[in-house]
Amino acid sequence: MATRRQVLKYGVAGALALAAAGLARGQPSYRAASGAAPLAALDDADREVLAAIAPAILVGVEGAAGRVDAIVGSVDRAIAGLPPHLQSEVGQLLALLASWPGRRWIAGVASPWPQASRAEVAAFLERWRFSRWALAQQGYHALHELVLAAWYARPDSWSAIGYPGPPEVR
Amino acid sequence: MIRDPIREGLASGWRVTDAAGLERDLTLEADVAIVGTGAGGGVTADILTAAGLDVVMIEEGPLKSSTDFRMLEAEAYPQLYQESAARKTLDKAITILQGRCVGGSTTVNWTSSFRPPEPTLAFWRERFGLGGLTTEAFAPWLARMEQRLGIGPWTVAANENNAALARGAARLGIATAAIPRNVQGCWNIGYCGMGCPTNAKQSMLVTTIPAALARGARLVCSARAERLALHRGRAATLECAALDGPGVRTTGKRVRVRAKHYVAAAGAIGSPALLIRSGAPDPYRTLGRRTFLHPTVISAAVMPHRVEGHAGAPQTVFSDHFLEQAAVDGPIGFKLEVPPLHPALFGMTLPGIGAPHAALMELFPHAQVLIALLRDGFHPASRGGIVGLRADGSPVLSYPLTPVLWDAVRRALLAMAEIQFAAGAKQILPVHERARPYSSWPEAREAIEALPLEPLLTRVVSAHVMGGCGMAGAPRRGVVDAGGRHFFLENVSVHDGSVFPTSLGTNPQLTIYALAARNASALAAELTGRAPPPIG
Repeated sequence: MATRRQVLKYGVAGALALAAAGLARGQPSYRAASGAAPLAALDDADREVLAAIAPAILVGVEGAAGRVDAIVGSVDRAIAGLPPHLQSEVGQLLALLASWPGRRWIAGVASPWPQASRAEVAAFLERWRFSRWALAQQGYHALHELVLAAWYARPDSWSAIGYPGPPEVR
Repeated sequence: MIRDPIREGLASGWRVTDAAGLERDLTLEADVAIVGTGAGGGVTADILTAAGLDVVMIEEGPLKSSTDFRMLEAEAYPQLYQESAARKTLDKAITILQGRCVGGSTTVNWTSSFRPPEPTLAFWRERFGLGGLTTEAFAPWLARMEQRLGIGPWTVAANENNAALARGAARLGIATAAIPRNVQGCWNIGYCGMGCPTNAKQSMLVTTIPAALARGARLVCSARAERLALHRGRAATLECAALDGPGVRTTGKRVRVRAKHYVAAAGAIGSPALLIRSGAPDPYRTLGRRTFLHPTVISAAVMPHRVEGHAGAPQTVFSDHFLEQAAVDGPIGFKLEVPPLHPALFGMTLPGIGAPHAALMELFPHAQVLIALLRDGFHPASRGGIVGLRADGSPVLSYPLTPVLWDAVRRALLAMAEIQFAAGAKQILPVHERARPYSSWPEAREAIEALPLEPLLTRVVSAHVMGGCGMAGAPRRGVVDAGGRHFFLENVSVHDGSVFPTSLGTNPQLTIYALAARNASALAAELTGRAPPPIG
């Protein structure tokens, strides 16, 4: 409910883009876990978006560039552990970004995600970070938190920042 | 080899059901059903079972114990926290850390164990008709819980993250003191927030809950209390939904508890939400309102030497100097403390992306962080937030950040920066999207004075959710009476931080323990018809 109200409140353009994304997709992008344990929440289009965004957030991070698939996998598992309402919100955000109108007109990224340069993606993130549109700011924070928490929770990120990992206590 | 008292207890035959594994619906009968196993629920279960009452505890989170606590953020946040530690207010402007596991937030808190400040109790007595809550009358309950949970001074040297607060403040003539902790034989490791791996922290998980289970209480975990079925001013049953193993989705199996009395101890947000879903009478529209957060802002510093804020007892030094500069209901004051630093939470908290963010992360071992907890709910313009429900019944807090709070935020960012430079910082960074690292106090002061203080630009977090089922002398002012009894439901009590009429002005666990002990003792006497045993 909150999400829908905010869409209505914050902009018809966003609502149209979300509707377009929904029509193109036909269903929310998150996969309700029917039976199987929810180890993964994302579909291929979501992963394509994250595979473009994660490297832009992690520019300059030693060791991140070669691990994009693994980082997207970590984000996927983190999303799968979120409560349904948050999975739904993140699913809508990624569906919006994956849709043509969402990418082109809401995010302002001209190239399809796999071809988008890091600079182009970083510029989009910075626009959303300082947007007057609360939904865009919220979207920025969601992407920022998902990618950075997923990366720095990974033991392969720790040596570059001098974190030794937890001590042995047994 | 570290003993795991939970695994030992399970092996000894404790009556614990993981609802995730239920193959058919479960119906239980008991004297008292308790929703939630945190500070309020744990103490209540302990006292009621000691009085001979038959208790069922319902917990939304999983039962995890020291063997499971591997000190890994990737595991701890999804397993032990509400919404994977990503719970936020409706506008996403405030991130809320709350436990969701057996032991509740006491399993993951940083062990700070303060008595309630006298100005807070005085305000509650005068403004909320709680005249019986005097320091003298409450002290024996506090002492009882301090003894029960090994609360006392922490005499080990503070880690550098905390020592910097003491040092910087001292150079500015600002008083600090050591924080009492609820630990026994603490290893001084620094991972309290991910579940204590050595069982040193005297959380509900290793104290009151094992005691209650050993007396025959039942515990159903991975079960979400959805609603109390009400009938003629009484609760008739508690209806719960079983959750799957990861605690994400309901399985379709139901747990029903029929009890003589029901105690909501699901925490602020959780308890008001349960009562809202139940359609509890709310003639004065007090339910879910006046929910407070101690809105918390953050200042990071780069020290010339290593700090290693991940290591050592995480929160051991505090300052109440900035709470004491004005009347309790004057301009909002703040308590200064220090948080533990771990990579994922630190990484997602630092603003920005790309090279500037990466450069800050490379200084992780040199990072020192202060937090300022704002005392909300006293100033007439600080009325807190409102708990509501999403379409799926899950709770969401809407908490407006208003000008009286932003005024305090600016003072807090200034105070923290000055203290950090006085402690020797090379650079400081107020955690704000428009800020950058500043290399001197004058530069930082000028920048902070000009920062636009707005939601989603200023990082605001909370680890203390309070209120929403406030206690008061009369129903116009609150949801429960001075003893935690619901004003309109004769067999429903609320025993958790949601009964606070304002924020507390300090870390709340000890106050919740003592209130729950007092109110549970009175409840036990009523339900058993026997006088309560002496306090102590």
